[in-house]
Amino acid sequence: MSDTLSAHPYIPNSAPEIKRAMLDAVGASTVDELYGSIPERLRYPGLLDLPEPLASEYELRRHVGGVLERNQSCAERLSFLGGGCWPHYVPAVCDEVVNRGEFLTAYYGDTYGDHGKMQALFEYASLLGELVDCDAVSQPTYDWGAAAATSICMAARITGRRQAIIPASVGSERRSLIEGYCAPWVDTVTIPFDPGTGLLELDRIRDALSEETACMYLEVPGFLGVIETQAEELASLAREAGSLTVVGVDPISLGVLEAPPRYGADIVCGELQPLGIHMHYGGGLAGFVASRDTEQFVSEYPMFLIGIGPTSVEGEYAFGEVVWERTSYVQRGDSKEYTGTTQNLWAIAAGAYLAMLGPAGLAELGQTIMGRSRYAAARLDELPGVRAPAFSAPFFKEFVVDFSDTGRTVAQINRALRERGIFAGLDLSEQYPELGQSALVCVTEVHTKADIDRFADELAEVI
Amino acid sequence: MTLRPFHQASWNEPILLEMSSPGERGIIPPQLEPELRPGDPLHGIPAALRRSSPAGLPELSQPRILRHYLRLSQETLGNDVNIHLGLGTCTMKYSPKVNEEFVRSPKVADLHPLQDEDTVQGMLEVFYRFEQMLREVSGMDRFTFQPAGGSQGVYANARMMRAYHAARGEAERDEIVTTIFSHPCDGAGPATVGYKVITVYAGDKGYPEPEAIRRAVSERTAGLMITNPEDTGLFNPHIDEIVQIVHDAGGLCHYDQANANGILGITRARDAGFDLCQFNLHKTFSSPHCSMGMPVGACGVTSELAPFLPTPTVEFDAGRYRLDYDRPQSVGKIRAFHGVPATVVRSFAWVLSLGAEGLREVAEAAVLNNNYLASRVADVRGIGVSFADTNDARRLEQIRYTLAELQEETGIGTLDVARRTADFGVASYFPSHEPWIVPEPMTLEPSDSYSRADLDEYAEILAEISHEAYTNPETVLDAPQRSTIHKMDPAPHDDPERWALTWRAYLRKRGGHPAPDASALEPQPSP
Repeated sequence: MSDTLSAHPYIPNSAPEIKRAMLDAVGASTVDELYGSIPERLRYPGLLDLPEPLASEYELRRHVGGVLERNQSCAERLSFLGGGCWPHYVPAVCDEVVNRGEFLTAYYGDTYGDHGKMQALFEYASLLGELVDCDAVSQPTYDWGAAAATSICMAARITGRRQAIIPASVGSERRSLIEGYCAPWVDTVTIPFDPGTGLLELDRIRDALSEETACMYLEVPGFLGVIETQAEELASLAREAGSLTVVGVDPISLGVLEAPPRYGADIVCGELQPLGIHMHYGGGLAGFVASRDTEQFVSEYPMFLIGIGPTSVEGEYAFGEVVWERTSYVQRGDSKEYTGTTQNLWAIAAGAYLAMLGPAGLAELGQTIMGRSRYAAARLDELPGVRAPAFSAPFFKEFVVDFSDTGRTVAQINRALRERGIFAGLDLSEQYPELGQSALVCVTEVHTKADIDRFADELAEVI
Repeated sequence: MTLRPFHQASWNEPILLEMSSPGERGIIPPQLEPELRPGDPLHGIPAALRRSSPAGLPELSQPRILRHYLRLSQETLGNDVNIHLGLGTCTMKYSPKVNEEFVRSPKVADLHPLQDEDTVQGMLEVFYRFEQMLREVSGMDRFTFQPAGGSQGVYANARMMRAYHAARGEAERDEIVTTIFSHPCDGAGPATVGYKVITVYAGDKGYPEPEAIRRAVSERTAGLMITNPEDTGLFNPHIDEIVQIVHDAGGLCHYDQANANGILGITRARDAGFDLCQFNLHKTFSSPHCSMGMPVGACGVTSELAPFLPTPTVEFDAGRYRLDYDRPQSVGKIRAFHGVPATVVRSFAWVLSLGAEGLREVAEAAVLNNNYLASRVADVRGIGVSFADTNDARRLEQIRYTLAELQEETGIGTLDVARRTADFGVASYFPSHEPWIVPEPMTLEPSDSYSRADLDEYAEILAEISHEAYTNPETVLDAPQRSTIHKMDPAPHDDPERWALTWRAYLRKRGGHPAPDASALEPQPSP
């Protein structure tokens, strides 16, 4: 490296003359002296074996851009993949807001320096609270799975019981998250669903509920798209057994579907990604938990909770941490559950999204998704050997398509469609072998009627 | 140096729900095509599950929403706009803008996590090559980038420890040892896994002595979770001896390297004997902190622990990258899908821009900056350095200072000073993790991204506030005066009758605190 290149653009004090002056100021002759506390035996000799640096920003851009160019994005293809991360339209305002440098590079500056960030996070909770009809809403956790796992653990602590009922229709990804996390504290009992309707069987739930049951966990809509139409009856069965009902939701459905507490949910959890957040190869996920606002419930939240309150000046709002003592930052090794940095930028996006859509927009969006996904199922069902939806219960956004009678596997069909620029439904044949050669197809507001027609037409040619 | 006459933006912006104006709307979503409306799209859904009344969301037009959020952004001092070195243990640093361009591209932003491997070869290549880089930086054999955060990384490593011992028939090992100056998650993560946690305190020199660790371990020990340097900025020179003590007892050792900024290329986890470690890509590896979002806890393990890594791992054979889900001993999923891949892309690009010499330059600049700032803070009346009387070793990348003397002599405590710093254009500093072992703590971490002038300015701010404390304490006690808002009354946040996590709860509970008049705050038409 020549001398002029010895200063790195990201590191102000890497310029040799500045470094020299600063060393003089601290009374050291070399930087190495500052590492005197690290014993020689632990010092790494020489330089790490890393690729040569791409010193110019242009070279870096060419190289990394070139690597990423090998990806085929859902923006360039027609994708019907969902299953826990979904293609929705992200309003330009949401991107503008989360890309602001102030939000992007803020961290833990709180009440004063980051007042705006705190307000945006409080507003996210406030708007989500309107959507799910809950007075208490957490700051984000990692994803829906983490939110469900924490909700179940909260229910166990609140009831003093240690068993949770979970439908088999919870997908394997989320199931692994829930079971792995809850294992030390809660035993999970899996209840199969009716293969015809996709719904839970009331009798099975009645039999499974006992004085050991901390909670029954439902999803509306579930991983397989099914709307559990008996949710109200199920919640009242749980209440009779003295257990709580935890309902996991896709919040984008709540413009048309009821807020879960109104049919008996005690704790609501779910995924924020549909609300104005790009999929980001799954990085767009963020979970939430909400409930009634009682000391008993709020004390059991492990996450950050942001509250609104007064300042010394009348009419001014301030935002602070609610019951900070709860958190693992104070409880350390005595914590019930850990918390930490999660997905707050996405909460800011979700708040902006709900403000953009408003009550009318969210209801219209729900109608569009319902109408288009139903149309898609009807179109696919017309194809020979294809059955859609595979379950008779109503669905939201996603539905199972059974290709068994086509004589072709989902893998074969998907490969053929991929060559035609279509990412078809998620192959369920390994996860749910009892469903045969089935796929989970996701249709949202980003899929026009023409897109759906193209999907059906191309599918007809490959089966 | 004359301190800048700062005043932060102060818009007194109402809560969105106060701004609602019936009939306005922010966006029109795609509408259902008329030909797809043969009947009720909600046909078959029972009444109990249909939305009975519209969600109480605000009705706002697009320009008002954008203006609201941009005002809030102006009321936020991110690292892009302030000298953010006050957030010790957080490793605030510059997040290169070019890396944001990569992750905003549809080639990252619009990828679905379950796409066929053939369609995400670029992303898998980034994962694979970045894993090789972190192997070299740490000496570990394998990495996972699935944990979405440092705490989740520590939790993941505790899960792997448990799976490892269970596989060896030693499930009775149910204790984890950590230290009081390690990050709180080093206790909380294992506690969530069900471990009993034993916390070892620091000796006179400010770090845990080998003997104290020896007393804490037994045949019940599953492992050790330790930060080094700890929050004090002191490197524990006995770290390899401590690892040996835990290994001799049959336990595993996890090195919390959330803040590895001072030791990149200088000393490695594996070379001190560690079995597991974690780096926070949103700290040391320059990914933006995202208002506490989009984090990655990159977990490294030895080959002995690799079978327990979360699924999937990224493998490369026959010229093709692939995801390996066939891992029978795996702990399963820690976070859905592949964690937060955009952050991996950013950190990959950051390391590519630096190379080996550049990474060492980062570490050296961080340590030099810290020592330089310390030399300036040493001149500030009332501020001292924790454990300075008993340990004169140089600190690495951060220092836990103490304002005990200032507090004793003026009555002004560290929380007062922290609040006052906001009046000078820097976000309030981080005092300390709990419990406050060091009295009246202040933790500063001037990473590689700050210039000498930045460090001088920060020291001058502290000097000015110290001067005020001795001469005009009310100014500090009543602070902030030039921030977005004034001094908060924290009491409601601990009172179930008054805390409010949502606007609806606030409306229900509020008493005696009038809300700002939303209409009065709307800008008037210009004359």
